[in-house]
Amino acid sequence: MTTHEASFVRASMVEASPAPVLESGIVFWLRKNLFATPKDTALTIISLLVLAWLVPPAIQWLFIDAAWTGGGRGVCATVEQGGSQPEGWSGACWAFVNAKFSQFLFGRYPMDERWRPALVGILFVLLLVPMLMPKVPYKGLNAVLLLVALPIVATILLPGGWFGLTYVETPLWGGLLVTLVLSFVGIAVSLPLGILLALGRRSDMPVIKMLCTVFIEIVRGIPLITVLFMASVMLPLFLPQGVTFDKFLRALIGVSLFASAYMAEVVRGGLQAIPKGQYEGADSLGLSFWQKMNLIILPQALKLVIPGIVNTFIGLFKDTSLVSIIGMFDLLGIVRLNFSDTNWASAVTPVSGLIFAGFVFWLFCFGMSRYSGFMERVLDRSQR
Amino acid sequence: MAIGVTNAPEKSRSSGSIINDPQVRGIFYQAITIIILAVLIYWIVDNTIENLRRANIASGYGFLNSRAGFDVGQSLIAFTSDSSYGRALVVGFVNTLLVAITGIITATIIGFLVGIGRLSHNWIIAKLSLAYVEVFRNIPPLLVIFFWYSGVLAILPQAREALALPLNIFVSNRGVAFPRPLFGEGAEYTLLALLVAVAASLLFARYARKRQEATGQRLPVLWTVLGLIVGLPLITFLAAGAPLTFDLPVAGKFNLTGGSVVGPEFLSLYLALSFYTAAFIAEIVRAGIRGVSKGQTEAAHALGIRPRLTTRLVIVPQAMRIIIPPLTSQYLNLTKNSSLAVAVGYADLVAVGGTILNQTGQSIEVVSIWLIVYLSLSLATSLFMNWYNARMALVER
Repeated sequence: MTTHEASFVRASMVEASPAPVLESGIVFWLRKNLFATPKDTALTIISLLVLAWLVPPAIQWLFIDAAWTGGGRGVCATVEQGGSQPEGWSGACWAFVNAKFSQFLFGRYPMDERWRPALVGILFVLLLVPMLMPKVPYKGLNAVLLLVALPIVATILLPGGWFGLTYVETPLWGGLLVTLVLSFVGIAVSLPLGILLALGRRSDMPVIKMLCTVFIEIVRGIPLITVLFMASVMLPLFLPQGVTFDKFLRALIGVSLFASAYMAEVVRGGLQAIPKGQYEGADSLGLSFWQKMNLIILPQALKLVIPGIVNTFIGLFKDTSLVSIIGMFDLLGIVRLNFSDTNWASAVTPVSGLIFAGFVFWLFCFGMSRYSGFMERVLDRSQR
Repeated sequence: MAIGVTNAPEKSRSSGSIINDPQVRGIFYQAITIIILAVLIYWIVDNTIENLRRANIASGYGFLNSRAGFDVGQSLIAFTSDSSYGRALVVGFVNTLLVAITGIITATIIGFLVGIGRLSHNWIIAKLSLAYVEVFRNIPPLLVIFFWYSGVLAILPQAREALALPLNIFVSNRGVAFPRPLFGEGAEYTLLALLVAVAASLLFARYARKRQEATGQRLPVLWTVLGLIVGLPLITFLAAGAPLTFDLPVAGKFNLTGGSVVGPEFLSLYLALSFYTAAFIAEIVRAGIRGVSKGQTEAAHALGIRPRLTTRLVIVPQAMRIIIPPLTSQYLNLTKNSSLAVAVGYADLVAVGGTILNQTGQSIEVVSIWLIVYLSLSLATSLFMNWYNARMALVER
């Protein structure tokens, strides 16, 4: 056995020396991210000044000075305006939101019957949450319950008129209930209809192709509000005398058709991205058209365009607010309707109500976009 | 809806019966579709004629010439309640274009700033831009409009206590009043000079490019063009004796008099559309810049091109190729969203059309006018897009 005796061979490891102060830690982070160049420094300082100017007053207004409880406009108005707040006071009127909360949820749905939409809502959440979690089993059963059973239950419970339930006509519906029903039906209708339209647009049959293209391009070329106007003033003209449609149903049809045209374009993007070999492979296996689409093409194409589909859903959800223009009271509509309540009219009521409505819309849309990002990552992983 | 076999090979005569022939099937499905559609259309037309007859509404566009009888809040062209329905629709169309164009300009500026801000190395700027995008993308535009209209502009001080800003601008709950320029005699020469300057600048830029391609020498294009466009009209303006005065708004006892006033309806719509669309434009700009691969920057640096020139000659042209198509569709979205004007009573095409529709009951005619106008705008945009894409497409070997 020979031992290393040469002096240039180390016998023990050198202790790792700490990173230079300027290459790690908080000072490094600040230098790199906030004060890298003189221009950066200037931008940082300006942004901080703007934030310092905006954020504390905003917090003051939203939380500290806000009126949280109270039974009328008094708590949200200054003495001069006939209220109890000191002169020069301004703050959010959460008492208004608090008092009207159940109306914001259900609109003018009769008090005694509100357990019905609440029950449907709870069922919806109970079915939706496991549906959204990739690891929960029984997806097929879950989907059937959510997309077939729940709509049937909702159709019985919400309008009523069956099984001894009192009939609640749709003009009384309102608030988040209307927003969610419109969005749910819109989403459930627009996805399959959009897929059909997209397939039709790529069809070899000239008549089908032309019809689908014309429909898609016309609907995408006009604003939703004109579609809603059409649904509310033209549809009665097209139907025989005496046949009338529920206004709510008309809005539902308008919103669904509008969204399906956008959906069709998104799906078409996915269909075009699938290599030709996939189509030819399916054909050579002797699959029929629908087998080819259902088993080979659509699963791949839809996976590709999940972000686009979810963006269309988000757009649809935001677009439901437009029904307030044709005289229905969705969440935004019911909040605005309550501005004119003399019991609550004050300078800060509209802003507070709109901030609340905006926050609710934001939560739903932001949640959807986050979930789509999550799903993309999950599917991406399974791809590898 | 029947959808038959797509991608069927041209001559796939299956050996079996004629029922399985894709071509025969295709024709059959299409025939069925046409028949169903024809029956449906006949039924609708029949019902419509019957309903119109019963409601005593004469169809046709003759009503466009009759007296409107309503007033329009804000109009760029002369309009009184004695004007015709047709003119009212023109006023609405001009108002739609006004809010769309101003909104597009503002949204583009905010959108590019925020989009570039999201890519900033500065942490705080990047996070602020992200917050802006996430807030505005996820709330309905209608809510933003109401926020400005009943949340912000409605609680501004009344006209007699209007906030006075510099340059004689007054802000109140009646809108923004600002000095109105009154052009005197000879002012048209300034406009003429501006046109001449623009034409000259274009010619000069073209000449400079040709010269650079031929000789490699660069002429100071930017300064020459700036000098031409600013200098020439200015000299003409001064030579004509500065024919410009201002009609200043004056705070009276109850109201502001004089000047031009932009109403809160326009302002809330304009601000909301700008801020809302800017969030989408920011994402498009970010995606466009990130879409240019890093190798392009590195290659430019390896060729010894300076960073500023790299941005101008390498990054921006390639990023714009990605940015422009979705950007145009955002412009179109903004134009279509301007129909939300009806919610705050700004007299755009849809709002004016809705009023006419309620007064005359000519729903088919009014809706057809809406369709034609909006579809032509879409069509014009997509024609432009096709032209642009063809021009910008990468020419590959």
